[in-house]
Amino acid sequence: MASRAQGGAKNRFSQDEKRRDSDHVSFLKHRGFRWLWIALGLSLMATAGYLLIDQEPRPNGGTWYGYTLGTIGFGLIIWLSLLGVRKRRANPGAWSLKAWTSAHVYLGLSLAVVGTLHTGFQVGWNVHTLAYVLMLLVIATGIYGVVVYAALPASLSANRREMTRAQMLSALTAIDRQLENAAQPLARAEADLVIAALGQDVFGGSALARLTGRYPGCATARALSGMGGGSEAEQRVVALLEKRREQLTQIRGALRIRAMLEVWLFVHVPLTIALIAALTAHVISVFYYW
Amino acid sequence: MFLIRTIDFTAAGREIVRDRIVEQAGLTVGRAAECDIHLPDLAVEQHHVRIEAQPDGTLAVTALGTLGFALDGRVVSQGSIDPRTGGEIALGAARLVVAREADGSIAITISQVAADASVSGAKSDTLRGFALASVLPSKRAMSWVFAAAILLLLLAVPVASHLLRTPVKNDPTGKTPGQVVLDAAWTSGEMSLKHRSLENNCESCHVAAFESVQDETCVSCHKDTGDHAAMPRLAKGSPELSPGDAVQWRIAQGLGKEGPLGCVSCHSEHEGPVRQKAGGEAFCSDCHKDLDTRLTDTALTAAHDFGKAHPQFRPAYFASFGAAKPVRAALGASGGTKPVERSGLKFPHNVHMDARGGAARMAVSLGQYGKPLECKDCHSPTADKASFTEVKMEDACEGCHSLVSGRTAVGGFSKLRHGDVKDLAQDLARISTGPRARIGPARQRPGQLGSASPYRADFGRPVRAYIGLSNALSAGGVCTECHLPTTGPTGQADLMPVNLPDRFLTSGYFNHEAHSREKCSDCHAAGTSKAASDLLIPDLKSCRTCHLGATAVKTKKIVPSDCAMCHAYHVPSGQWQGLGSPKGPSPHYKPPPAKTAVAAKLATARP
Repeated sequence: MASRAQGGAKNRFSQDEKRRDSDHVSFLKHRGFRWLWIALGLSLMATAGYLLIDQEPRPNGGTWYGYTLGTIGFGLIIWLSLLGVRKRRANPGAWSLKAWTSAHVYLGLSLAVVGTLHTGFQVGWNVHTLAYVLMLLVIATGIYGVVVYAALPASLSANRREMTRAQMLSALTAIDRQLENAAQPLARAEADLVIAALGQDVFGGSALARLTGRYPGCATARALSGMGGGSEAEQRVVALLEKRREQLTQIRGALRIRAMLEVWLFVHVPLTIALIAALTAHVISVFYYW
Repeated sequence: MFLIRTIDFTAAGREIVRDRIVEQAGLTVGRAAECDIHLPDLAVEQHHVRIEAQPDGTLAVTALGTLGFALDGRVVSQGSIDPRTGGEIALGAARLVVAREADGSIAITISQVAADASVSGAKSDTLRGFALASVLPSKRAMSWVFAAAILLLLLAVPVASHLLRTPVKNDPTGKTPGQVVLDAAWTSGEMSLKHRSLENNCESCHVAAFESVQDETCVSCHKDTGDHAAMPRLAKGSPELSPGDAVQWRIAQGLGKEGPLGCVSCHSEHEGPVRQKAGGEAFCSDCHKDLDTRLTDTALTAAHDFGKAHPQFRPAYFASFGAAKPVRAALGASGGTKPVERSGLKFPHNVHMDARGGAARMAVSLGQYGKPLECKDCHSPTADKASFTEVKMEDACEGCHSLVSGRTAVGGFSKLRHGDVKDLAQDLARISTGPRARIGPARQRPGQLGSASPYRADFGRPVRAYIGLSNALSAGGVCTECHLPTTGPTGQADLMPVNLPDRFLTSGYFNHEAHSREKCSDCHAAGTSKAASDLLIPDLKSCRTCHLGATAVKTKKIVPSDCAMCHAYHVPSGQWQGLGSPKGPSPHYKPPPAKTAVAAKLATARP
């Protein structure tokens, strides 16, 4: 009895250890790349079947193997798209979100193989190829997403230099308050430059500006280039504008990394929904005109 | 020297500015009353910060406790301010703005920030600006737009226009455009070459929604396509499906397909601009290798590989004179008698083909030949190159076997008509009537019109014609050079009618053009044939010198031949050409289909 209790305790301990370990394992390495192996197996089986099974008159979605691949692909797409539902639900256990995400990534990659074999390498200007292209775009953006999730968070924290986002903004506010004071002695033209710089929303840049980090319409830069260094007041304003530009650079750096981290989802998610619509049209049209 | 300026606001919002000058090198800031700058704010420490003027003119700002302060928005515990550019220290709700006055003193302006914009709800709102979502349309909106556009254009519009159309009768020319809008986007591949004109008329085949293309739709244009056999016999003759195929067909038939004998099970469309490929050897041998075990009353012998298991040819020929129906011979049958063809003709091929014989000499002397006779001098192939046109006496024989009967008045030759004994009788009657050429002087004595007179002979009953006709038709006469004499129903002399089948091999197809490199006599033993009664159709063995089954190894001599090289499915004796085929009748000979599938390669690679 005692030994059993002890065994139970040990078991519990090792379980907890395992859980603690797994809590710090990336979703990519989840359970020793379990889903990578499963996805590889699926892809290899699909490819082997494609090569070995004689599909008459030519391989495409209309042979029995094509229908099989299509059914697998359809199921995968629906299940993969349910990640959006799953992640909104707190649901620990064997199907943890990490396991789900791991499976999402690897099975999503194998979908490219299954989907391509389903097409039989036939493409055209039709709803079927539309669904296929949408699927490839979704997978490509997904690959981008995994890459940036792995690469960019480090540079995001490097860019922060121990400041929170709120602090970056309040630093800018502090500089702005001083700029407003310091600019009081300035002449009209210079004052207008400062007003323009102060009035420009730090988040005002377009998505493209955020992604490239280039802000050709930056009023602060324009104020700096237009400001003469003659009087003491002007020198102060220039110094403050330089501080402002520096602060803006940091904020824009954060915006850029953040945009690169998020931009793929603006393709991935809407195209997934578009893909489900195209897939519906694809399946219905195939059986409508059977 | 510091100028400390405090800015407060009255309840009405009016600004109260108080200035005081502190003549010290450093200042303390805190909640304690003894501090130089006293900030009554619980968020501020008793002694929070010390500001010290440095020799280089800058101000050193140091936190006195563990709690830091915000210098230009950044939380630090120590910092430095250059009074010329200025700086801002934030302590609790107070903002201390440091700047240098014109007189060189350092002004510290203290103001209270009523509600920090970067705190609580407002703060998270501001931080939302960091997200890319703040500058892009929402994912949800984009999703709805894309999905709605796709579902509307690529699903709803075609479905609605298909359901609301008025069905029309199919146009076999395929020139009528379809009525369904945007269903071109549904095509799963280009149509076959023969159906290209239907590319824009999907509903001509896809008549009803969710219904597989039906045989009756195909037949509505393809009325002339022969059935391979009657459907019940086809079904009975087909082998049992493999379990995998049975499952597939059960599913497919559950979804409305017409089964393995339906048109579309072989004629798969949307496979690109190709022509229907002939089925491979297995397509035929699946049924025909043991057809008699299922279709017990069949007259067909089992066949599955031309080189190994193919029945002997059974050409159709007329075994008796003037027979209405041909019979089938078994060529090369062991112990069997040689078939004797009763065509009604006499024609020793060997005499005509002997390059040094009389026929050859005669041909050499004639302008139209100029050299010994060749097969093609008499036999010309039909348009489909499968057989030969009827040999016409006038074209093929008359060069030597002349029927010239005399000279005409205009200087040409008159000749006897060929083909009908009645014509011959008339022609003979004509030439035997009227004055004969005079042998002596032209004068005649009077009174010579009696029964024995030349006049009676010239203008009386055509006795001479009867004699001539009788001579011509009897043995040794001009007709019997080629024809067999016989007697008609009333006992009169007549000739045996010529009776030859149009095709000897009626269930298969032989392309003579594809064999143009061979000599005729390689297959047809005409050179040694002494009589027209020899059936000169080659036997199976002679074909097998080059043609073996589809699995045979191709060499310079051996041609792997599948069934479709000689047989077609719908019309066994020749491939169906289609209504008004734009390319005209194409050669029926087809090379064996290229096997590209890996499985097929593996199959042949196996020992």
